Amino acid sequence: MNRAIAALLLAWLGLAPAHAHKPSDSYLTIAVADGNSGDISGRWDIALRDLDFAIGLDADGNGEITWGEVRARHGEIAAYALARLAVRSGDGSDAGAPCTIEAGAQQIDDHTDGAYTVLPLAVRCATPPAALTITYALFADLDPQHRGLLNLKAGGRARSAVLGPEAATQTFDLQAASHWRQFVDYAREGVWHIWIGFDHILFLLSLLLPAVLSWRGGQARDWQPAATFGEAFVDVFKIVTAFTLAHSITLSLATLGFVSLPSRWVESAIAASVVLAALNNVWPLLHRRRWTVAFGFGLIHGFGFASVLIDLGLPREALALALVGFNLGVEGGQLAIVAAFLPLAFALRRTAFYRRAVMVGGSLLIATLAGLWLVERAFEVKLLGF
Amino acid sequence: MPRPIPWLSLLLLALWLQPAAAAPRVPANDAEVLARVPARGGDARAGSLQSLRAAWRSDPRDPAKAVALARRYVEEAAAEGDPRYIGYAQAALAPWWTEAAPPTAVRVQRAVLLQYGHRFDAALADLDAAAQAEPDNAEAWAWLAAIRMVQADYVAARRGCDGLAPHTTALIAVACAAAIDGLTGRADTAARALDAALKSATGAGAEEQLWALTRLAELDERRGEFAAAERAFRAALALAVPDVYLQAAYADFLLDRGRPGEVLALLKEGVRADVLLLRLAIAAKAAGDARAAGWVRDLAARFDAARARGDRTHEKEEARFALELQGDAPRALALARSNYAVQREPADARILLEAALAAGEPAAAAPAREWLTANRVESAALRALATRLEATR
Repeated sequence: MNRAIAALLLAWLGLAPAHAHKPSDSYLTIAVADGNSGDISGRWDIALRDLDFAIGLDADGNGEITWGEVRARHGEIAAYALARLAVRSGDGSDAGAPCTIEAGAQQIDDHTDGAYTVLPLAVRCATPPAALTITYALFADLDPQHRGLLNLKAGGRARSAVLGPEAATQTFDLQAASHWRQFVDYAREGVWHIWIGFDHILFLLSLLLPAVLSWRGGQARDWQPAATFGEAFVDVFKIVTAFTLAHSITLSLATLGFVSLPSRWVESAIAASVVLAALNNVWPLLHRRRWTVAFGFGLIHGFGFASVLIDLGLPREALALALVGFNLGVEGGQLAIVAAFLPLAFALRRTAFYRRAVMVGGSLLIATLAGLWLVERAFEVKLLGF
Repeated sequence: MPRPIPWLSLLLLALWLQPAAAAPRVPANDAEVLARVPARGGDARAGSLQSLRAAWRSDPRDPAKAVALARRYVEEAAAEGDPRYIGYAQAALAPWWTEAAPPTAVRVQRAVLLQYGHRFDAALADLDAAAQAEPDNAEAWAWLAAIRMVQADYVAARRGCDGLAPHTTALIAVACAAAIDGLTGRADTAARALDAALKSATGAGAEEQLWALTRLAELDERRGEFAAAERAFRAALALAVPDVYLQAAYADFLLDRGRPGEVLALLKEGVRADVLLLRLAIAAKAAGDARAAGWVRDLAARFDAARARGDRTHEKEEARFALELQGDAPRALALARSNYAVQREPADARILLEAALAAGEPAAAAPAREWLTANRVESAALRALATRLEATR
């Protein structure tokens, strides 16, 4: 077959790239500790295949790279890799202070396309960096299509970047996680948590359902429609304010580390609070000052919110900001629920549908669901499919 | 290829199907095999690659040595389906990579690598310059024809075929022209010419026959001559040359005929090429085969990995994946539109039309419908899609 034919065949085939393998990537994770320590740790996963092409790991040339062959070359692997990665504090413009990088004991990790060596990194900069400039040149001379996929964690925020010959040096402003940005991030988390936190929503709804009604005691023992919207609004306002105040108090105390309760206890108590609030609508024990219930149980719900916020990781230098942002997010989400609920409930309050199906049926349904949660959480068993 | 590749593939597949990546570990045993690489001095092929590398190392600024090594790496990439070799080829051309006017041979090879990353404009600039400097450079004309076909620039593609014709066999020359005629309102003539050329080219090599037969099968399929198309596909497969493009095209033909079971038998388990795995998953889903879920997960992981490194060369496949396997029409449409801005072959038009139809956005497929009309493209399937889209407007 002459070369022209080969070229044409290849041309038409090459245009439909049929990749059976992943291209060459390394995974570089760098985490800058919060606060003033300036500690930077990292992890660099590099494919053994690529290292073999660069420095020859398959010592006996049999086509199999063994752990023994890799282990014998750990020193050379680290030297080869670290010579091709530079970290400086400051942006590219000030010649910046170079930071030292040291590699720890290597391990092996299996990625989707095979085994990688894992280099733990300890980066030390003279001063806690306000910005990091990373220069990446791994395999740049051997495989210009190689990319380093960077995951940089700093200031409570994760960023990703693709490092390669066409963008070998990149600067990351560590302050770029601006306070406003952080505030918005945490507020969004707060909204999200109330939105997916069915237990909080159901607790609130259980307390709100009777707000457009008023309890007639004595002989009648019945719920009557509230006379005016104002009456219902004041009731709702008191409940929501009490719930908010209460969970803000415990959220703050728990997040700042003043109080700490076991999460199994807290989660069970939250489920119990939903059961009690829902049952109170069917067999009212407390029908006038329901805001006191909202306050009392709100204290427990606050511990639940706190565990979410603690899991998110808190920026030490912007603790109050994160706390307020998260809390306001929760309130915002809550207000949205109330704004959707109140006009609808008020409009329906005279109907038998609302007073029987929603008020009694809905409350019983909520109580049942929350009862199952209670059993699940208290005894750590799985009953529900979600 | 009697290599450990199938075993490695199965192992990789198993790793892929594992839920989450395990934590880093320290292997207990020095003898544990962590990875497989080409053995040193194994077969003749590996040996010749070694000597090409050695020759290049002795003088990396010699264009002839660099081009020979780069060309060999490109062949290796196609044979193994491993994009790493494209990077190695680029490294061989490093001294000239950013130069404005490197030697012609380097320019042609640089264009080949550029088009791999879908940088068609830069590739065409190199190829045009190369064909002008060396009008008998068959390789430059061949690539020009191929890239212009993908861009649906049939006038320029025909110039490529014309430039190539004097330097190649009659069969390749006829097939090159037929590929263009088939999309510009002369499909019947093209099919007859190609059929006749195949019958008279009895001494042609297997690769050459396979290539021409694949073109004929596609042509016949578009004309709605399904029996003739199947005959051509089967004749091509009977040549027993492993060819990903042919297998993918025949798999699509079978899927369109409602015969997913035959696709599962054709491709078998353990295929590694993205394009084949996609067909396998679609066939498994259509046939109600339980393995579909695993293949879908595998594909999703590959597309995610490509996106993470900013690679946008898989948008056509990913659009089809989103549409047929994830049922996500809006995402499929976004990908198909972005892909159509770069590639405009019948398959690219098809996914755009299908995604626009599924997403209920007929206007989004306007470029593909214009392409059908402007070139008088004869394709039963594409015309039917366009008509259905017209009805939803």
